[in-house]
Amino acid sequence: MDFSFSEEQQQLQDAIARFVQGDYSFERRHKILKSADGWSREVWQGLADLGVLAMNIPEADGGLGYGPIEALLAMQSAGPAMLCEPLLDSAVIATALVRDFGSPEQRAELLPAMGSGERIVVLAHTEAAGRGQAVWVETSAKKSGDGYVLSGHKAVVSLAPAADELLVSARVSGQPGDAEGVAVFRVAKDASGLALKPFKTLDGRRAADVVLADVKVPASSLLGAPTVSANVAIDRALDLGLAAVCAEALGVMEATVNATIEYLKTRQQFGQPIGRFQALQHRTADMLLHLEQSRSMAYLAAMHCNVADDTQRRKTLSAAKVVIGNACRFIGQQAVQLHGGMGMTEELNVSHFFKRLMAIELSFGDTDTHLQRFAALTQRDIPLAA
Amino acid sequence: MDLTFTPEEQAFREEVRAFVREKLPAALRHKVVNSLRLTRDDHVMWQRTLHERGWGGPGWPKEHGGPGWNAVQQYIFEEECASAGAPRLIPFGIKMVAPVIMAFGSPEQQKRFLPDISSARKWWCQGYSEPGSGSDLASLKTRAVRGLDKDGDHFIVNGQKTWTTLGQHADWIFCLVRTDPQAKAQRGISFLLIDMKSPGITVRPIITLDGAHEVNEVWFENVRVPAENLIGEENKGWTYAKFLLGHERSNIAGIGISKREIERLKRVAATEKKNGKPLLEDSLFSAKIAQIEVDLMALEMTNLRVLSDEANEKAPGPAASILKIKGTEIQQAITELLVAAVGPYALPYKAESESDEEGDIGPRYAAGLGAHYCNMRKLSIFGGSNEIQKNIISQQLLGL
Ligand SMILES: Cc1cc2nc3c(=O)[nH]c(=O)nc-3n(C[C@H](O)[C@H](O)[C@H](O)COP(=O)(O)OP(=O)(O)OC[C@H]3O[C@@H](n4cnc5c(N)ncnc54)[C@H](O)[C@@H]3O)c2cc1C
Repeated sequence: MDFSFSEEQQQLQDAIARFVQGDYSFERRHKILKSADGWSREVWQGLADLGVLAMNIPEADGGLGYGPIEALLAMQSAGPAMLCEPLLDSAVIATALVRDFGSPEQRAELLPAMGSGERIVVLAHTEAAGRGQAVWVETSAKKSGDGYVLSGHKAVVSLAPAADELLVSARVSGQPGDAEGVAVFRVAKDASGLALKPFKTLDGRRAADVVLADVKVPASSLLGAPTVSANVAIDRALDLGLAAVCAEALGVMEATVNATIEYLKTRQQFGQPIGRFQALQHRTADMLLHLEQSRSMAYLAAMHCNVADDTQRRKTLSAAKVVIGNACRFIGQQAVQLHGGMGMTEELNVSHFFKRLMAIELSFGDTDTHLQRFAALTQRDIPLAA
Repeated sequence: MDLTFTPEEQAFREEVRAFVREKLPAALRHKVVNSLRLTRDDHVMWQRTLHERGWGGPGWPKEHGGPGWNAVQQYIFEEECASAGAPRLIPFGIKMVAPVIMAFGSPEQQKRFLPDISSARKWWCQGYSEPGSGSDLASLKTRAVRGLDKDGDHFIVNGQKTWTTLGQHADWIFCLVRTDPQAKAQRGISFLLIDMKSPGITVRPIITLDGAHEVNEVWFENVRVPAENLIGEENKGWTYAKFLLGHERSNIAGIGISKREIERLKRVAATEKKNGKPLLEDSLFSAKIAQIEVDLMALEMTNLRVLSDEANEKAPGPAASILKIKGTEIQQAITELLVAAVGPYALPYKAESESDEEGDIGPRYAAGLGAHYCNMRKLSIFGGSNEIQKNIISQQLLGL
């Protein structure tokens, strides 16, 4: 067993940490959030120059061909900056989907452009009734002439307003919840019948509900091969996203715990630093327990997100999301509480960490959803008769 | 032991219920039950409605223009108002400064200030906390120096207060100020009433994590306050402040609010779908609601025991702290489940929402739930943080 990172991996981590510390200060982020778009091309280009956008792209497709451990390190290092650019959405999830499921032509067209920062692609998949279950797709794709007609409603699609093109999942056969029958279509942002309802989210990002009212797309917009269901590819891309968001959460939680410790050492009440009060010491210790458990699970998730055995992979990733979801809530809430009134202010980073952690807890399936998925998967392991 | 309310108390409950049903405008109720932001006018309107009925100061004795209710009646009144979706009474005038003025103010002060409080002609805010003095309130530094000049006996106030809730609406602020810097912490503090229009006062907004403007910084720069605005004796302010903090228990646990919020939670969970079925039928989720309900049931019983002890003039012990801790924990837990119930639709950001009409993102009831959850984190911080409440309880228990 070896939990150390290679020199190259460490360099990647350091480079991103330096970038976000230098180019993505709290003030800069605040300005970007307040701008009309709510994200920055310049920062995006900066990330491209660092190679981060190409990390998930195979060398054969013009990328760096890194694996999940590098993704973990990148997301963890970027975590404290709470980037409002589509790093997770385009560079992790969408690249994975195109890489693993796209035709050679689609890969050649999209991947180099995504890796260089020229093209932003976002997967529009989740639906309101799905509650984080990857298979729940009500959006329909009906064959029409030599193309398809898409209708449906995708809910709270993170960073959709920043995308040049969307990858939209839609059902070509079966019922919501069926494990088969879903396809993915490339849809241009200006496609007729496609409406984005953009909004800000609590954690400052931009998102949109995506409404598809009879959007006509040609057969060539189908991602991958027409005969193969995309469910597995989506599931795996989302699992990669889940592992990545766990890593991001780890980075945010580290920063949150550090900020709280610093505050406990400096804030004086009753003539002493409040960190002298044992009630707060124990609370801080509990925060650290949650953090270390989360670190373990973020590592585990990264190491399992490419495992081919579905049960094994899903079990581990659900376990990670449960541990990390609970930690996000505990650490976020305690950080605000221990900062007292200051923790409630927009002026302090802690309140922004709190909101990002809350958003992460609700994304990619919430804690209950994953606890239930884990239970369903593990209960199969128990032999019925002793 | 008798757990039932007396027939008189039941009749009183019916009377309050009927009144609220008749007088509370539907639009206002809608805002309250959906935790949309209320305007100053909303609060004033409801306070005036109560005042016209003679209920403007629910805890006030008859001699000061109140209804003269006992603790149980006050409890019933607040519970009925809360569950019907009436706005909570802004406590600073009615529940905080008024009792102090009644107990320690001069007859002139009582005549001058009290009627404007129950009729909502004047809005009050609370100037206790300072940047360096939160939990350790007695360390406060805002200075008031007494002097006499051709215009009379007065104080000159300098310093800064913070976290002043709704200070942007206020006509008056009641402040703790240091009048004797030589004396030991608690001994040199006085209780001053200050007109917010006095020259030298600056109010600056503090934006909280839910994006709202609810609290403020208040700066005092050579603010002249007539000595007639001093409550009681100089340097005895701490006694009055402690009286104020220990005074109001009838609604500290927020039972009525929590009951209303649980109903809302169930409505939302009955509408939201999981696997094509109502979320309320999901065993994991419904068990979480049930857990909160049973906790609330226990808290309600505890609250009633406290009220009954009070009526029998038994010393309350750390009751107020128990009610505050459990009450706020339950209220916060409900907001967590509300957010979980709507999932990602809790994320669209709605700040300072006074209406949920415009939003067509997600279900209407989801608008503002995320911000509400964020805002409710304050419950365990203000009014003496829950950690401080636990210190109070354990100090009483251990006496070390
Ligand atoms: C939304 C909001 C509205 C408010 N409205 C008003 C208002 O209208 N008027 C007003 O005067 N004030 C108001 N307050 C201020 C409030 O009373 C203080 O925030 C509170 O007393 C805590 O003080 P602090 O923020 O300075 O935190 P601190 O005292 O710095 O406490 C920081 C942390 O340390 C803990 N702590 C401190 N001392 C101890 C100890 N001895 N043992 C264990 N733990 C300890 C606290 O519990 C907290 O978790 C408001 C606050 C908020 C957040």
